[in-house]
Amino acid sequence: MEIPDSSNRQRPRWKGSGVFLVHRVVVAMSGGVDSSVAAAVLKEAGSEVVGIGLKLVDSNKTTGAANSCCGIDAMGDARRVAEKLDIPFYVLDFKDVFRTTVIEYFISSYLNGETPNPCIPCNEVIKFEELLRVAKGIRAEYLATGHYARVSREGTGRYLLRKGTDDSKDQSYFLYSLSQEQLSQTLFPVGEMSKRETRELAARLGLRVHDKPESQDICFVEDGDYSSYISKHAGSRIRPGPILDESGAVIGSHRGLSHYTIGQRRGLGVSSSEPMYVVDIDAHANSITVAAAGRLRRQKRILLERMNYVAVAKPEEPIGALARTRYRKPEVNATLSPLDGDRAFVEFHSPREPTAPGQSVVLYNGDAVIGGGVVRRTTDDQ
Amino acid sequence: MCRGIYLDHAATTPVRREVQEALDEVLSSTFGNASSIHTFGQDAKRVLEESRERVATCIGAEPEEIIFTSGGTESDNLAIRGTAYALKEKGNHIITTAVEHPAVLNCCEALEEEGFEVTYLPVDMECLVHPEWVMEAIRPETILITVMFANNETGSIQPIAEIGGIARRKGVVFHTDAVQAVGKVPVNVDELGVDLMSMSAHKIYGPKGIGGLYVRKGTMLHPLVYGGHHERNLRPGTENVPGDAAFARAIELATEELPSSRKHLELLKERLTGGIQERIEHVQRNGALDDCLPNILNMSFAGVDGEAMLLNLDLMGVAVSTGSACSSGATEPSHVLLAMGVEPLLAQASLRFSLGRDNTEEQVERVLEVLPEIVSRLRDLGDARAMR
Repeated sequence: MEIPDSSNRQRPRWKGSGVFLVHRVVVAMSGGVDSSVAAAVLKEAGSEVVGIGLKLVDSNKTTGAANSCCGIDAMGDARRVAEKLDIPFYVLDFKDVFRTTVIEYFISSYLNGETPNPCIPCNEVIKFEELLRVAKGIRAEYLATGHYARVSREGTGRYLLRKGTDDSKDQSYFLYSLSQEQLSQTLFPVGEMSKRETRELAARLGLRVHDKPESQDICFVEDGDYSSYISKHAGSRIRPGPILDESGAVIGSHRGLSHYTIGQRRGLGVSSSEPMYVVDIDAHANSITVAAAGRLRRQKRILLERMNYVAVAKPEEPIGALARTRYRKPEVNATLSPLDGDRAFVEFHSPREPTAPGQSVVLYNGDAVIGGGVVRRTTDDQ
Repeated sequence: MCRGIYLDHAATTPVRREVQEALDEVLSSTFGNASSIHTFGQDAKRVLEESRERVATCIGAEPEEIIFTSGGTESDNLAIRGTAYALKEKGNHIITTAVEHPAVLNCCEALEEEGFEVTYLPVDMECLVHPEWVMEAIRPETILITVMFANNETGSIQPIAEIGGIARRKGVVFHTDAVQAVGKVPVNVDELGVDLMSMSAHKIYGPKGIGGLYVRKGTMLHPLVYGGHHERNLRPGTENVPGDAAFARAIELATEELPSSRKHLELLKERLTGGIQERIEHVQRNGALDDCLPNILNMSFAGVDGEAMLLNLDLMGVAVSTGSACSSGATEPSHVLLAMGVEPLLAQASLRFSLGRDNTEEQVERVLEVLPEIVSRLRDLGDARAMR
């Protein structure tokens, strides 16, 4: 596959290019340093910036860690930044749509024995669909966020999603599901900066959030305790069931599928001479299967669904790619073979530990996202 | 900085010059504690009692029937919870409506948790409660009827005098939240037959944080806060004499100017309403056509999200609101519009324009210039939040 050189001619730039924006841009402001600097950079470049904060969870309850993007203090921080930058700022209530598209997906996915990644639908639907629509509604030409990623337009007219320049902060993994249309209306002003540069710029601009800690984990789950969050919200839909060994013999019982993920070792409660790992979660049978480390099945091939192609249209032939099976996990060589509909196979050149169903796999060519999809549970693991 | 066009007077109003002067004068010259015996205290006491008398005169009450409070919410709390606690031996039933301000609704809900029973009366399509519904809801154990004078979202004016008559005949205490009505329509406590009436200064060009509760002589109330013997033992705490004086000046001016300001507001509202109906298709007016405050217009624009319109207007310098300020930012469509039977989607597609004394015909024309374009653009975009 060939990806042409990126060219930003058609799109605004803000880093020393001398081309200044004069458009109205909506910046999704979380109160964190990245989106604050994104707003500041665009404002400096001459854009008319409108900041919008999203209320995603009920702030009456103390859900959301203080340093998460939907925590209670976050909107106050974002408002102060907007004041400092002298830009209009609004808080929109997206609780309903967040619940129906992100939280319910998160819960039902866990109940199906999967390990979901809620940040992906949050970007896809909450930010780049719902908020983008609001942005268009106020005649903004672009929606900007503080993600460490880059968008560029190719000579072919196709929009590329590329990794942020700061490899350690790259967030393109969370953005692979954006459509061409969404990408064409998206700006990532900090995508060409390192986290250090972002913090320095924030400090230079006098933004108090410059030394704010990184947001961690999943924003709507307090303390990162997913299983108790799910227990609380799914209640009776969580049922205990059997823990099986590889032969199918019952060797214990589990507390409900949502407490487990593929590869998990701790908290299984089965006695064995060697450490046991979760190797399969079967939502139909409400069972989990465990195996010893030495007998962990290596995975050669995984089935992806809900594929989205970014750098290319859906290819006719298998193509080589670097596959990332988890955020920040090193990429591995693989072959992507599109199937019918939105499904595809990813074949790893050397077998590797299994990836949990529900997780996303993103395929790269260099720093460009080819596409990605969600791992589907299969029973034909080699 | 450009001030823009402010059409959100039901949320709050700017302090008018005369009121600010009254406030400044007391602030700078009368600092004494109105409870002190010395001359400084007496000066303050005099200003306080004069203020009380001036407020009373405006609503046809006796001075000792006015309790100064921190505003509408506190007045509602004192009236409703104060009555409930004072009369709990007599009964435990309260009648209110589904379209009250949260200050009233949340008081009632809190009382329900304490064992009181509350009947929430429905309203008709014009946001009006019918007096016979009140009549039917009264039980032997009913101790309080609380019905707002004018609705803060739609401006609809309830048949307070009729309900007051019923309450009087049945011997039930009657409270009305008149925060939106005072200064916009004539208010006389005897003609209305109310026993308790909440008022607020900041809706009538006075400062925030000051208001009053009218308490008819002989009405039993239980204080909610304990302290000294201020305000007839009902509202302890050193009196806010400057605030009280400012409130008195504000309500006085509003009452004096009522006929002319009403004419001004009605004219603007008519232009705005007519202009919108002329220039924008598929709009619906929410609220009573006749029994309505002169300054509030609530309109639904089918297929457009109210919040999206609000943002657009604000970016063009026009300040309006969706529903009331207290419920703005809530995803749920307005409880008032839903109670009126407005479809949820249309309820979320609504805007409240509330006019004030400083608004001009030019400003209304300007709104009429920008609004149609905003609505049609948002309709073209097929705003999903309204369509969902």
